[in-house]
Amino acid sequence: MKQDETKEMKNSIKGASKNSIRGIFCIAKQKRDFCVAPFLKQLPVREMGSLHLSCWALRINRSGLKTFSSVALLMFAITIPALTVAADELNSGDTAWMITATALVLFMTIPGLSLFYAGMVRSKNALSVMIQCFAITCLVTLLWAFYLYSLAFGDDVAGVIGNLGKAFMKGVAIDTVKGTIPESVSSIFQLTFAIITPALIVGAFAERMKFSALLAFIALWVTLVYGPVAHWVWGGGWLGTLGVLDFAGGTVVHINAGIAGLVACLVLGKRRGYPNTPMRPHSLVLTLVGAGMLWVGWFGFNAGSELAADGVAGMAMLVTQYATATAALTWLLCEWVFHGKPSALGIASGAVAGLVAITPASGFAGPMGSLAIGFAAGLLCYFASVRLKRIVGYDDSLDAFGVHAVGGIVGAILTGVFVDSAFGGKGLAEGVTLGAQVWKQSVGVLATIVYDAIATLIILRILDATMGLRVNEEQETEGLDLVLHDEAGYNL
Amino acid sequence: MKWISAVIKPFKLDDARDALSGIGVQGITVSEVKGFGRQKGHTELYRGAEYVVDFLPKVKVEVAIPDDRVEQVIEALSKATNTGKIGDGKIFVFDLAHAVRIRTGETGLDGL
Repeated sequence: MKQDETKEMKNSIKGASKNSIRGIFCIAKQKRDFCVAPFLKQLPVREMGSLHLSCWALRINRSGLKTFSSVALLMFAITIPALTVAADELNSGDTAWMITATALVLFMTIPGLSLFYAGMVRSKNALSVMIQCFAITCLVTLLWAFYLYSLAFGDDVAGVIGNLGKAFMKGVAIDTVKGTIPESVSSIFQLTFAIITPALIVGAFAERMKFSALLAFIALWVTLVYGPVAHWVWGGGWLGTLGVLDFAGGTVVHINAGIAGLVACLVLGKRRGYPNTPMRPHSLVLTLVGAGMLWVGWFGFNAGSELAADGVAGMAMLVTQYATATAALTWLLCEWVFHGKPSALGIASGAVAGLVAITPASGFAGPMGSLAIGFAAGLLCYFASVRLKRIVGYDDSLDAFGVHAVGGIVGAILTGVFVDSAFGGKGLAEGVTLGAQVWKQSVGVLATIVYDAIATLIILRILDATMGLRVNEEQETEGLDLVLHDEAGYNL
Repeated sequence: MKWISAVIKPFKLDDARDALSGIGVQGITVSEVKGFGRQKGHTELYRGAEYVVDFLPKVKVEVAIPDDRVEQVIEALSKATNTGKIGDGKIFVFDLAHAVRIRTGETGLDGL
C-alpha cells in the first residue's frame, strides 16, 4: 500500500538526513529500483528539505563542501517558517489518470455489471436487475455526499471508523489536494467502489427482492458494513495498521459483497420453483457484453487504486490482464473436462473470477504470480459456483458468493504469498515473513467475513420484520418488471 | 373447402412455400410454434444448472383449399418437407365451413 511505503521511506529519510550523503547511497542500495526524483515530489516538503540539499551536495567535491554547507544551512533556515504544514502537491498526470479511472469504475457498474446480471436472469426480471444497479448508484452517491465518505475516510476514531469531520463534503474544495490528486477526484474514485460493492450483492437475491426493501437494505448496509470495513483497510483503521495488504478491494469489495450475498440469499430463501423449474439466462449476449465491460473497466479499478500514474499502476494493469485471462481459460478448461463442452457463460464467469481474485493483489503481485492467482481463482470459483452450490442447495442466483466471496478470499490470501519478491512481487514489508503476511491476510479476511455476516443478518432480519424483503409468490411468477415497475424490458 | 395445417421443421419453410406456389396455391399463413412428437429435445447447461428443453421450435403452415385439391396439396407438402428423420412433422386436414374475402366480400370458393 502506498501509505505504508511512504511511511517506510520517511523513516529511512529521517535517518539519512542526519548523515546525508552516506544516507543517500544506503537508500539507493536497499531498493534497487529506487529513484529519487519521483520520490521527492511525494514527500511532505519539510522532510524534503534535508534530502534535497543532500542531493545537491553530492555534485560538489569535498573542497567546495564547506562553503556549500553553510549556504545550505542558510537556505534551510530561511525555508523553515514556510515548512510548518506538510503540503500535498498536485500532479496533473496522476489527476488525469484518476479522473479517467473513476469513469472506468463507474462504467463497471452502469452498465457493465447491470448487463452482466440482466442477461443471466429471466426476461421478465431483466429490468429489475438494471434498475436496482442504477438506483444503488444514485443512492450510495447521495449517502457518500452526506456522511459515508467521512465514515470511510474521515479522521480515524479508535481504528474502527472515521469521524464525521468530512460530512457533507466539508473541507473538500476545488483546490483541496490529497496525495497528488484533488480530493474531489480521490473521493469520487472511492465512491465508485462504494457503489459497485452493494451492486454486486444484487446477484444473490435477484428475481425475488422488493425494490423498496432493497433500497433500505443498501442504505443500511453501506453505512454499517461498507463504510467501516473500507475504513479498517484503507481509511487508517486497524486492518491497514496491522499490515493487511488489499490493493483494490479484495476484502472491502468482494468478500464483503459475496458474504452479504450468501447471507441474503439464505435469509430470503430460494426462488419459487428452484432448482427444478428452468430459469435459463434470457440473454447471454448481454452477459458477455457486460463481462467485457467489466474487464476493461477493471483497469480503472486496479490500476487506479495506486492513486497515481506510475509503474505500480502499470504493473497493476498487467497483472490484472494476466490473471483474468488465466482464470477465464481455467474455468473453460474445467467445463471442457467435467462437462464436455466449453461455454460462453463459463469463460465470462472465469474472467470475472480472475478479476476478483487479482483485485487485492494487483499492486503487489508480479506477472508470474498473477498467473498463479488467476489459475487458483478459475479453479476454485468454478467449483464453488457449479458444484458447491448444487451440493449445499442455496439459491445464490448469480453466484455473488461463488465468484466474489470465494474469489476474494483466494485473492486476499494469495496476496500474502505473491507479494514476496521471490515470486516477482513488490516485496514483503520489512521484517515481515511470508507466513506472517499470510496470517495478516487471514485476519483481514476473517474479520471481514464475521463482521459482514453478522451485520448483514441483523439488517435483513430487521427489514424483514418491518417491511418485508421478498415479493409474494404470485408477483414472483408474474415477474418483477411488471409487478414492481409496471414495465416490460422487451416489447418485441 | 378444407383447411390444411402442417407442422414442419423451420428450415423447411422455404421448400414448403415453393412447393405450394408450384401447384398454384397462393395464400398461406405461417406461425412459429413449439412442440414435439417423438423427437427428443436437447439439454442446456448454465454454470452447472442443467435444463432439458423438450419443446422444439417448429413452423405451422396453414392453407385453405378447395376439396378437390386436398390430395395434391398433401403430396406437395410432404415431398417438400420430408427429411427422413424423426421430427419432420405432421399434416392435419380440417373441414372449412365458410370463407370470406374481406376486400370484395366474396364468399365460399370465390373467397379462397
